[in-house]
Amino acid sequence: MKPKRNVFLMLLSLPALALIVLPIVGLFWRAQLGRFGSYVCCKPVAEALALSLTTSGVTAILILLVGTPLAYWLAFADFRGKRIVDTLVDLPVILPPVVAGMALLMTFGGFGLLGRYLNLAGISIPLTTTAVVLAQAFVAGPFYIRQARVGFESVPRQLIMASMTMGASPLRTFFRVTAPVASHAILAGLVMAWARAVGEFGATLMFAGNMPGVTQTMPLAIYSALESDPNVAIVLSVTLVATSFLVIIVTKSLLGTGRARERTLSMPALSRNGGGIAA
Amino acid sequence: MRIHAPIVLAVSLLIGILPVQPADAAETLTVFAAASLTEFLGEAEPVFEKKHPGTQVRLNLAASSRLRIQIEYGGPADVFLSANTKNMGPLVKAKLAEKPSVFAHNRLIIAVPKRNLARIRAAADLARRGVKLVIAAEQTPIGTYTREVIGKMDACGDYGEDFAARVMANVRSHEPTVKAVVARVYLGEADAGICYASDITPAIRENVFSIDIPDAVNVVAAYPLAVISRTRHRALADTFVDFVLSPEGQRLLVKHGFLNARPTETARP
Repeated sequence: MKPKRNVFLMLLSLPALALIVLPIVGLFWRAQLGRFGSYVCCKPVAEALALSLTTSGVTAILILLVGTPLAYWLAFADFRGKRIVDTLVDLPVILPPVVAGMALLMTFGGFGLLGRYLNLAGISIPLTTTAVVLAQAFVAGPFYIRQARVGFESVPRQLIMASMTMGASPLRTFFRVTAPVASHAILAGLVMAWARAVGEFGATLMFAGNMPGVTQTMPLAIYSALESDPNVAIVLSVTLVATSFLVIIVTKSLLGTGRARERTLSMPALSRNGGGIAA
Repeated sequence: MRIHAPIVLAVSLLIGILPVQPADAAETLTVFAAASLTEFLGEAEPVFEKKHPGTQVRLNLAASSRLRIQIEYGGPADVFLSANTKNMGPLVKAKLAEKPSVFAHNRLIIAVPKRNLARIRAAADLARRGVKLVIAAEQTPIGTYTREVIGKMDACGDYGEDFAARVMANVRSHEPTVKAVVARVYLGEADAGICYASDITPAIRENVFSIDIPDAVNVVAAYPLAVISRTRHRALADTFVDFVLSPEGQRLLVKHGFLNARPTETARP
């Protein structure tokens, strides 16, 4: 391409780039990074940070455990209605987090589909740490399932067949052949899902409430801090932006070196309504 | 000027900005108001618009503490209706708001879901072990009032030892607005919540009943309103303030569970 046309294309790209970059610049511009230390060490922030790390960690493990069989099923099985299952799995990705929170409330809330029976048994999920994990898993799960599925699909069938004909059980084949070959995609999907879980805000606020040390994760702490000390909110936001940036870089390099490169492993849209990891 | 409009549009599209308002739009008044005023403004807005044809009221409802921050950071408010003076004061001091006047009062009540699994019958029950209580975040006006009321109950000695500590140990969530507190009770996630008397609207009353907090330990929340200094619709903003303070506006407030601007007539001294 001629250099002149390149410049023209670059100019056309600027508005979109500015739309993404300017708010980030604005955030860093207002941040008083010098006072960073004094914010991170104070108790509510430390609590929120610890809670975010533990809940998102548990969520990631949960997603790995329950998401992998589903991803595998979608990758290899052919059945009627597969497209519908496929669409349902992707639904939380584009669902506004508030709707996700509403849906969880209508299911597990005091008058909810399951909640009314759980309540009779003396179990109440909303406003607990369990609710935080559920909200995160609901919203972040598809990010992993989608990526892991593409990873499984990229494993050459001959490899799996060879393993099986040599007498390996399906389970052994999965753990010794399929999963290792797809490991980059699995890991990348898990990192993305984890990052989305860390950033979860809307569904958490609606379903899990806002209780320091119990349900107040980092994004909720940022939202709350805005009213007491905007500087804290800004510094915490900057932290999350930096984390998100790192996560995406890591994911991209993981996918770049994986064998699944030729398959279109585009970054899934983080989410609507700014509910992404930089929420 | 007309001829240039397409050019202006084209240029602004190119540099990625859209013209904010078409020139011939109806005059729009942006009102920032405490979340507890949701139902009152829902009825007052069309009444005001009907009285002043060609005007349009746009509402931004949230916790007053959040709205104050939004105004401080350049939020496009013309009028601000706050649920306490604490969030109006700094704006007046910073010359962002002018001549505030109190337009309504409110008091606090305990909201309980009708099925009442926790068997809450009086304020004292809030301290019972295992009660799931939801209150508003400390920064919000209702959150401040709530803690004030709990403090008063604790101090008066009628509610048992360590009342405040026991109540606060039952708190499961610090909600961002009073409406979120009510929603938690309405949806049966909380055994009780503390909110304004005006929040128990007919719709909420389907699932929720209220328990009074005795006057001796209650607070009377004063709601101030003011025109925001940088407004571009000063005349309309003044008209809106006058409307809220007028007998008609006051009648609507009382209808929605508020005490009017001079609560001495309806409440204690």
